Amino acid sequence: MDKSIIAQLEKIIGKDGVLSTPEDLAVYGYDGTFEDHRPDIVVLVRTTEQVSQVVALAAREHIPLVTRGMGSGLAAASVPFQGGIVLALTRMNRILEIDQANAIVNVEAGVVTADLQTAVDELGLFYPPDPSSIRHSTIGGNIACNAGGPRCLKYGVTGDYVLGLTVVLSDGRILHTGGKLIKDVVGYDLTALFTGSEGTLGVITEALLRLTAKPKFARTALVEFAALEDASRTVNAILLNGIVPAALELMDETAIACVEEALHLGLALDVEASLLVETDGADEASVLREIEAVAKICQETGARQVKVAKDEVERANLWQARRSVSPALARKAPNKLGEDITVPRSAIPEAVRRLKAISAKYGLPIVIFGHAGDGNLHPNILFDKRDLGQWKKIGLMAAEEFALALELGGTLSGEHGVGALKRPYMEQALGPVSLEVQKRIKAALDPLNILNPGKVFPE
Amino acid sequence: MTSDLHKPSETEYLNCIRCGLCLAVCPTYREVLSETASPRGRVALARKGLEGELQLSPNLAGQMYACFDCLACNDICPVGIRPADLAMGMRDFQEQLQPIKWKKTLFGRLIPKPIRMEAATWPLRVYEKLGIRHLVYALGLRNLLPGKVRDLEAMLPHLPQRPLRQVLPEITEANDESRYRVGFFLGCAQSLLFAGESAASVRVLARNGCTIITPKETVCCGMPALGYGLPDLVREQARVNIALFEKANVETIVTDCATCGSTLKDYGKLLADDPAWADRAATFSSRIRDVSEFLMSIPLEKPQGRIGARVTYHDPCHLRRAQGIWEQPREILKMINGLEFVELPEADWCCGSAGSQLITHYETALKVLKRKTDNIASTRAGYIASGCPGCQMQLNVGVRRRGLDVQVVHPVALLDRAYNGKKEK
Repeated sequence: MDKSIIAQLEKIIGKDGVLSTPEDLAVYGYDGTFEDHRPDIVVLVRTTEQVSQVVALAAREHIPLVTRGMGSGLAAASVPFQGGIVLALTRMNRILEIDQANAIVNVEAGVVTADLQTAVDELGLFYPPDPSSIRHSTIGGNIACNAGGPRCLKYGVTGDYVLGLTVVLSDGRILHTGGKLIKDVVGYDLTALFTGSEGTLGVITEALLRLTAKPKFARTALVEFAALEDASRTVNAILLNGIVPAALELMDETAIACVEEALHLGLALDVEASLLVETDGADEASVLREIEAVAKICQETGARQVKVAKDEVERANLWQARRSVSPALARKAPNKLGEDITVPRSAIPEAVRRLKAISAKYGLPIVIFGHAGDGNLHPNILFDKRDLGQWKKIGLMAAEEFALALELGGTLSGEHGVGALKRPYMEQALGPVSLEVQKRIKAALDPLNILNPGKVFPE
Repeated sequence: MTSDLHKPSETEYLNCIRCGLCLAVCPTYREVLSETASPRGRVALARKGLEGELQLSPNLAGQMYACFDCLACNDICPVGIRPADLAMGMRDFQEQLQPIKWKKTLFGRLIPKPIRMEAATWPLRVYEKLGIRHLVYALGLRNLLPGKVRDLEAMLPHLPQRPLRQVLPEITEANDESRYRVGFFLGCAQSLLFAGESAASVRVLARNGCTIITPKETVCCGMPALGYGLPDLVREQARVNIALFEKANVETIVTDCATCGSTLKDYGKLLADDPAWADRAATFSSRIRDVSEFLMSIPLEKPQGRIGARVTYHDPCHLRRAQGIWEQPREILKMINGLEFVELPEADWCCGSAGSQLITHYETALKVLKRKTDNIASTRAGYIASGCPGCQMQLNVGVRRRGLDVQVVHPVALLDRAYNGKKEK
């Protein structure tokens, strides 16, 4: 990186916010995938004003700029493939205001989502979106990828809670969208436009988020099935009975085995699949009634055992198990490709069948878990990237996974985003008209193509 | 690179999928908020360094030394990667590639020699004994010291007149009937700085039916050398300590230092590849008990004295994570009449001591400490108990910096006071 640009960045942020040693650059080239590419410089900003000046500088000098939170993404969206500046927002981690009267929180983008939840929880408020990376991802990253999570079945995704954003545009100007308003139809919904834009349209630096009342009671059950097929059928059986659980999660046998190996919770290993079901609400009796109804349905659909967590510790253990599934799979292989295809929920059993068929065809394991209740599955291919034979199959297998999702009326990604990894399938998923409209939006907002270039759109 | 070097193996990093879970629990990441200061970052650097993608530069080694070795990342990783251990392995590797002479002198020739350490720390005892320290505090002279020196001064507890090693008998008889014959491993920091506490540990053991054998020629457990990438020195020290306790003829060896305990329990692993010593080391390690662990495993006399105070407890990393001991010290405190035990928020979060980080990584250590001090203040406790001299020194700095009226104590020292029936204010 040019010395004068480093000097200018240091002037904007201060020396401790500009990293340029080979070691610093080496650790800002990856996210939660296997992709890796060194940036030319890393800046750790503290204010929206600094972001504005950095982006203006990047625009002046035509330097690519990739925004990054805690780097837990699963689509390589924050990997700086073209080098340039990595703009890390982790030090913008202040909760600016908790407005109890309106149940709205104003946060900087670098706040860790779990910290936000804890802070509002202490006041009896609730921020529902709960990606599994909740403790190691930032709210800015969650918004930029419109993150989901188990609770989205009942409570909706991140985007459903974003009321307004502060965004630094590609020329450095600062845009404010929305406000502390539940209803707002004045002009285009720019808040929604930037939500899920993966850093390609602007840099989200602050957000106004809607909170809800905290559900006072919750019951969680682990339901074990001898057959994966029965577990996937059960998902619809529960939902068709008029119950909307707070979460309805599927884990297959490999997922369970990996978690058990990691956490030693005493999970049964002789099952093909388990469902994790949670009901919650303000009234204890109805929460209890619902979990009992769930248990009854599960028994009818072939569950081997229904275990309802006795106390908060057991419940926390079950959730820890669920959140650990994805990383725990790495016990089996050095690399994994975790997708998050989404299908209409009635197609879940068929999707599971076809995923197993792909696995059999290529001879590499596909572990299946995910948010079955909302049709969002996480098939994870386990492999060793150093084995060229395996590595060649990965692309073909991913392509077949995406094809099956589209065939069943679904799409490529429910919550991880497109990033770099799903770009080749965009046209197939969206069709030429949608893609063309989206490219024009990108061109209008980032004419120089400096914001996270080479992401989302196929070349 | 020659092949006889011992370097971390591929299995120690290969399966790291860079999920980032470890960032959530890393005390340095949470303060510095930069990937470079994170466990995942250190694993990536180790890998890239070992695989030749990066040079094994001083800065790369420096990142390995920036780890506080609190082990929280080891614990949370669902894949089974042990980033803290890998950072240690990299320190060792770096030391083999580019040995640093002063380290060999400090860790090989000074620290493991009790007589030399006692001589080296003599000025500190004079400082306390002649009342200079009292004057420094009474006249506010302390505030004239530069910030860092002031903080280092604040680490010191009330120093003993003589190191405990010179005072404690080789054999301490049980008060009444002798039911257990136990060895006592007297750690350096305990002997030199926290002599009163180890004296209390021995009293508590004797009161509960133990005849205590304290070999005087023990050397440093080895943790400092291990932390500075010199495991061969640790092995030498281990052999000395193992042989000494074999002669003592005891089935159980108690220590009241969390760090010593965790290192002594690791001798088996450290000497596993040494045919002459592997079995002896494994046997030795299997006999090591933290004092709280041992006391709660025997029928412990309920103390009758009252300590009317609010007390909280900080989990030393080397006790909670390295040894899996966290219930026993709390149970000991809860036995004491009048003592109101209050759980410390984030009790098992590193205090930032990590041995010498306050000296080597002052800024980060202070930030980590602040988080701890904030939590201590929130409990409104009058005492913070913790069975680790490193933690105690760091906590001393924390409460003094903030002007809290909180005393830092070893949990067993409080038990000793309760046995002696001393009424607290």
